[in-house]
Amino acid sequence: MAVAVEQLAGHIEQVLGGRVSESQIYRGELTLVVKPVELMPVMRVLRANEAFRFDQLIDISGVDYAAYGQDEWITEQASATGFSRGVDGFTTGRLGLTGIYGVHEIKSNTGRRFAAVYHLLSVALNQRVRVRAFCEDDNFPMLDSVTSIWSCADWFEREAFDLFGIIFDGHPDLRRILTDYGFVGHPFRKDFPLIGNVEVRYDEDRRRVVYEPVSIAPRVLVPRVIRKDNRYADWVSEESRGDA
Amino acid sequence: MPEISSYTVNFGPQHPAAHGVLRLVLEMDGEVVRRVDPHIGLLHRATEKLAETKPFNQSIGYMDRLDYVSMMCNEHAYVLAIEKLLGLEPPLRAQYIRVLFDELTRILNHLLWLGAHALDVGAMTVFLYCFAKREDLMDCYEAVSGTRMHATYYRPGGVYRDLPMQMPQHQPSPKRSQKDLERLNRSRQGSMLDYIEHFAVEFPHCIDEYETLLTDNRIWKQRLVDVAVVSPERALQLGFTGPMLRGAGIEWDLRKKQPYAVYDRLAFDIPVGTNGDCYDRYLVRVEEMRQSVRLIRQCVDWLRANPGPVMVADHKVAPPSREEMKDDMESLIHHFKLFTEGYCVPEGEVYAAVEAPKGEFGAYIVSDGANKPYRLKLRAPGFAHLAAMDEMSRGHMLADVVTIIGTMDIVFGEIDR
Repeated sequence: MAVAVEQLAGHIEQVLGGRVSESQIYRGELTLVVKPVELMPVMRVLRANEAFRFDQLIDISGVDYAAYGQDEWITEQASATGFSRGVDGFTTGRLGLTGIYGVHEIKSNTGRRFAAVYHLLSVALNQRVRVRAFCEDDNFPMLDSVTSIWSCADWFEREAFDLFGIIFDGHPDLRRILTDYGFVGHPFRKDFPLIGNVEVRYDEDRRRVVYEPVSIAPRVLVPRVIRKDNRYADWVSEESRGDA
Repeated sequence: MPEISSYTVNFGPQHPAAHGVLRLVLEMDGEVVRRVDPHIGLLHRATEKLAETKPFNQSIGYMDRLDYVSMMCNEHAYVLAIEKLLGLEPPLRAQYIRVLFDELTRILNHLLWLGAHALDVGAMTVFLYCFAKREDLMDCYEAVSGTRMHATYYRPGGVYRDLPMQMPQHQPSPKRSQKDLERLNRSRQGSMLDYIEHFAVEFPHCIDEYETLLTDNRIWKQRLVDVAVVSPERALQLGFTGPMLRGAGIEWDLRKKQPYAVYDRLAFDIPVGTNGDCYDRYLVRVEEMRQSVRLIRQCVDWLRANPGPVMVADHKVAPPSREEMKDDMESLIHHFKLFTEGYCVPEGEVYAAVEAPKGEFGAYIVSDGANKPYRLKLRAPGFAHLAAMDEMSRGHMLADVVTIIGTMDIVFGEIDR
């Protein structure tokens, strides 16, 4: 399997060359990073070329990299707040990144915040590849739609638009799909609070369902912690030695 | 006066044939469907976002609640993805147990599908037969995990515990006669493997029974044959997987083509359809149940002959036993850290997929090295299948829409996530 993946990576390098800006093999999976302008040409080649024949689009996943590598184990006030330091107060956990509880500012327009990740499968040649495209503008994330290449991209792109606000140019019918009718915001962005902004209940007096600001308090049970584990460092390097 | 040629019909979300909370807006021309616009998301619970705020192990329970008729298969995909990140290989016995339960789950799922599909199309009896048999399988779930549906049985590094040596029995009750009790407990005298073996011997006859009711039934064929025909090319384009793809005539099964767990050590066949209509998909799924029984038999034989651990001994990932924990300081620390903080995984991203009863169920995890996933994306087969609803129903009658919903085997837990 590992050999096949390397062969595929070599092939892609040969055929697509400069169009792929990054190519990486991790745990036997090949990931390509392409620029938004190259997305359509690269996808077309991956679909049509005899050596690739990625005839199925398995999945499109939006990713918001705004909080990548940030943890909630804030130690500056450790002596004053003791054990609760990671659990309540100034954490990113349930309220998102900005606002009164936010500790990490979202860096302005990095061009690396929103990405769409495409998982392709070739039924004919039994191989998989992952393609990632970052949106160039964080404030108005946009990518070309691949619905003309794979029909099933329709709903996957609607989902990524709904949850992350990524606009897919050329999509025939880009509507919200999973959230409520009339929903405001894109809930899977890292600056969207987990508890949401509004809650609904039935109002006896007005005899209808009403929307109100959320009333529950945010709480983090287990803080997010990043530990650099030496064991992983060991066998990651072993793996790379083994490949070489 | 202009003639009104089409009108709109609202179907669901509260409709017995909507399989949960599907809302369809149907554009009709007389009784012929011109366009279908499915409205989904009424069961959206943001599972993926919830998982981002919890340590890895605490989200396993959410996986059961995605496709809530094939619970353990969902867990399997998620657990495989974590194991791939950690570079962890569960003990062989755990892998056999996983395959055993994956196949029990497949039967569980297909029984619900068959029962509901037949009920939608008008055959009440099959529904009752199928649900009676599902109880036996739910009992297996209960015996290993304590719960009939949402098991949380698979864990990174193995399974929660070994199969019980004694299958739990029905207790005497004033509401039940002694004779009934004996009948119910007849297959429960031995271990759980005995119980499953008994099931595997008995179940093919049950499938025969369902087939006598349906396969050559004139009404059943009138409702299914040549309805929603999908060509192999379109099936690929539409992202079909599982029985939907095989029904269209493409021989593709992750268990064979990209084997995980111990599927490469077991013998089974992949049924493939020829016409790509609802009837072929029915035949494919029925044959899959027979193949599952075959796999279950092989697993039972192996598990009988090969006792051993069912969880890795690495206490950074798997908790130590209670005894160890009370006895040994280091185990106590491991236990404490594991349940208060969880474990951190290496930075990176992986995708792991299993052949769930409905198709390819995949988990894509992006990790930045924390004790929680940075992003978890679940690839639900039903999502792609339902997206093809419009294409499959165009030009069919209103009554066929119900057949098409049935043939897709949709469950809203996984589509809305």
